[in-house]
Amino acid sequence: MSSHENYYVPAQSKWPIVATIGMLTTVYGVATWFNDLKAERAESNGPLIFFIGGLILAYMLFGWFGAVIKESRSGLYSPQMDRSFRWGMSWFIFSEVMFFAAFFGALFYIRMWAGPWLGGEGDKGVANMLWPGFEYSWPLLNNPDPKLFPAPSGVISAWGLPLINTILLVTSSFTVTFAHHALKKNNRKPLKIWLALTVLLGIAFLILQVEEYVHAYNELGLTLGSGIYGATFFMLTGFHGAHVTLGALILTVMLVRVWRGHFDADQHFGFEAASWYWHFVDVVWIGLFVFVYVL
Amino acid sequence: MSAVIDSHKEHGHAGHDHHHGPAKGLMRWVLTTNHKDIGSMYLWFSFAMFLLGGSMAMVIRAELFQPGLQIVEPAFFNQMTTMHGLIMVFGAVMPAFVGLANWMIPLMVGAPDMALPRMNNFSFWLLPAAFGLLVSTLFTEGGGPNFGWTFYAPLSTTYAPESVTFFIFAIHLMGISSIMGAINVIATILNLRAPGMTLMKMPLFVWTWLITAFLLIAVMPVLAGVVTMMLMDIHFGTSFFSAAGGGDPVLFQHVFWFFGHPEVYIMILPAFGAVSSIIPAFARKPLFGYTSMVYATASIAFLSFIVWAHHMFTVGIPLTGELFFMYATMLIAVPTGVKVFNWASTMWQGSMTFEAPMLFSVAFVILFTIGGFSGLMLAIAPADFQYHDTYFVVAHFHYVLVPGAIFGIFASAYYWLPKWTGHMYDETLAKLHFWMSFIGMNLAFFPMHFVGLAGMPRRIPDYNLQFADFNMISSVGAFTFGATQFLFLFIVIKCIRGGKPAPAKPWDGAEGLEWTVPSPAPYHTFSTPPEVK
Ligand code: HEM
Ligand SMILES: [Cu+2]
Repeated sequence: MSSHENYYVPAQSKWPIVATIGMLTTVYGVATWFNDLKAERAESNGPLIFFIGGLILAYMLFGWFGAVIKESRSGLYSPQMDRSFRWGMSWFIFSEVMFFAAFFGALFYIRMWAGPWLGGEGDKGVANMLWPGFEYSWPLLNNPDPKLFPAPSGVISAWGLPLINTILLVTSSFTVTFAHHALKKNNRKPLKIWLALTVLLGIAFLILQVEEYVHAYNELGLTLGSGIYGATFFMLTGFHGAHVTLGALILTVMLVRVWRGHFDADQHFGFEAASWYWHFVDVVWIGLFVFVYVL
Repeated sequence: MSAVIDSHKEHGHAGHDHHHGPAKGLMRWVLTTNHKDIGSMYLWFSFAMFLLGGSMAMVIRAELFQPGLQIVEPAFFNQMTTMHGLIMVFGAVMPAFVGLANWMIPLMVGAPDMALPRMNNFSFWLLPAAFGLLVSTLFTEGGGPNFGWTFYAPLSTTYAPESVTFFIFAIHLMGISSIMGAINVIATILNLRAPGMTLMKMPLFVWTWLITAFLLIAVMPVLAGVVTMMLMDIHFGTSFFSAAGGGDPVLFQHVFWFFGHPEVYIMILPAFGAVSSIIPAFARKPLFGYTSMVYATASIAFLSFIVWAHHMFTVGIPLTGELFFMYATMLIAVPTGVKVFNWASTMWQGSMTFEAPMLFSVAFVILFTIGGFSGLMLAIAPADFQYHDTYFVVAHFHYVLVPGAIFGIFASAYYWLPKWTGHMYDETLAKLHFWMSFIGMNLAFFPMHFVGLAGMPRRIPDYNLQFADFNMISSVGAFTFGATQFLFLFIVIKCIRGGKPAPAKPWDGAEGLEWTVPSPAPYHTFSTPPEVK
């Protein structure tokens, strides 16, 4: 039977419009909230709107993914549909790579060009006229204008928590692969164990990351507002952390599904997509470890 | 909850063909997963935004009709230029091409629908949400965004009105919409082609969209990144774009234009593809140099990633940078030249007729080339020091956008309207639409070259007396062009409501699978894939 002949075109669906309304409500709420905070208005309905938007989104996620899972389990999807999902997930991950590329690009640009120029080097040394005494170094422990942007007193060493975190994440990339192998051989028990272990490693990573942030804020004065070092540091590690959170959530959903007996040895794209995502998060971390912490 | 599954049970088991028609009423459009419905919604949305952005251009041109301040406050003028640019780029041109892609790509590759139909609906509905959010800021205290569609920091951070926060999230929504749309296009093209439809047999519109979709997925996240950095600078005290904290406002421009230059190709490549189908149809000759067209498109896409700083020659980048970006930019003229050469060769000794799609396409080739040449002038770094931020730049990008992107869209619309509606449009009126648009836009934008070279700055509500005559001509041309677009609306509505019935293939030189299905195309097509030889 040709895979083309039973191509599955879903009928009407309410989920996209629910998702749209949810997103609009959420961003409207956030934007209102942020503006009210900045203008120091006493009252703001931003948080409430944001919260409602979040609820709508959660409802949508359950419903939409629920529908997809049901369709998949009732065998509606052909191998062709499976390939569409694979293309979709791969290109989505590529878009995420480019999102991080923007922040890495900013980091490289500051470190290779803008920073040294501000310190008086090269063609663009004129920038140094703004703050004649400013000397550039990386990590930047003295900002051009310390009143506006008080510099941190120190930065996080690569060889403490970050190293442990690297080990945790790399290990988790292995465990999720072991889980995948177990799934392919239909060994459900090791599958559950490896997958649960992966989630735990992810959570451990996040706990240590929070620990590190607390240390940075309280003891080092390394904050979002502490100049470009803090800005790039928290932007990169923060978005990465958000992605780890999301990845861990997705893996948890997969764990629940495994528990309920979903997936079999040759049909488990949901699981694979989750593990692709997890590997992607891991690779980003390697980049972070090297360029943010070590170098 | 499981609306999807249930409705399937009603129609018998999935896997059967879905030969049921559209649902009734408004909810048909809200809930639809049909690529034709979604394509139509994109096209109507785009046209609405075209009129809205256009009316803002009319405000701009009315103010510039004479020197001095007459009609609007300078602060409002800035909001008009900003919103005009944003709406035209993200609301009119991009959605129009996504609409065309939705309608035509499945028909052209012999697929039953887009690869991910529900996500397709989501991509569309995010757009009205995003633009509703953006446009509503015009009515808030402090006004809408006023920092130009390029929203350079610190104008868009330190000195921005409050509405910038809404602007940032609106951009996020548009970005999500574009990325999902692009993923859908790629998955459809790579995965849903009919048996026998090899890559090198695909119509060029499909090829150019494949490459456009790649560009979108590569750069929309970068745009998301730059607005996120703005958000952090504005609300969380970071210093990405503030030198006082070790950051750099020029960083903003680098990241923005890394998105921005590929973005201009996103707005033109699909038009290249459409014109490459239309010219052969009306020249009654196969396209000259199909393979070279594919490679030229790919080269343009590649080069578009390494030329961004030609927008930044005057901000102070090192000499090596000026030289690199100057030469890299000029290199783009080579693949573009290949394309223009191929279009001209296709027409050479063809038995041509000049129905509306062909008129728009021929004008496209000629006028886009003018825009390309002024682009080459701007690419010369030392010369750009003179041209930068003058009306010469405005003339340049309008020559590539209006007779480029917009004429490409008009040509496509007339070419495929018979397929969409089942009726022929009114050819006489369409020709009138073409000539009025052609005259109007040249009158509006050609004089801008002169005032620009003479030093008139862009984004300014007032100007020196010596520019008065040319500006008046520009405004007259702009009003002509603007008013003419209501004629287009009339022609389209007339065509939907009736007219000479269109055969399956109304143009005798046309080729492609889309002409093998009846006109109007049935609600579901190619439920069983055609065989392509
Ligand atoms: C009715 C046709 C149009 C007219 C009369 C018109 C007029 C103008 C004028 C006068 C400006 C200059 C504002 C300034 O710098 O002072 C402008 C800017 C601009 N236009 Fe148009 N335009 C038209 C159509 C379009 C279309 C179709 C597009 C996009 C596809 C477009 C994109 C832009 C952009 C990106 C800018 C730059 C905005 C900025 O400075 O931030 N325009 N337009
Ligand atoms: Cu450019």
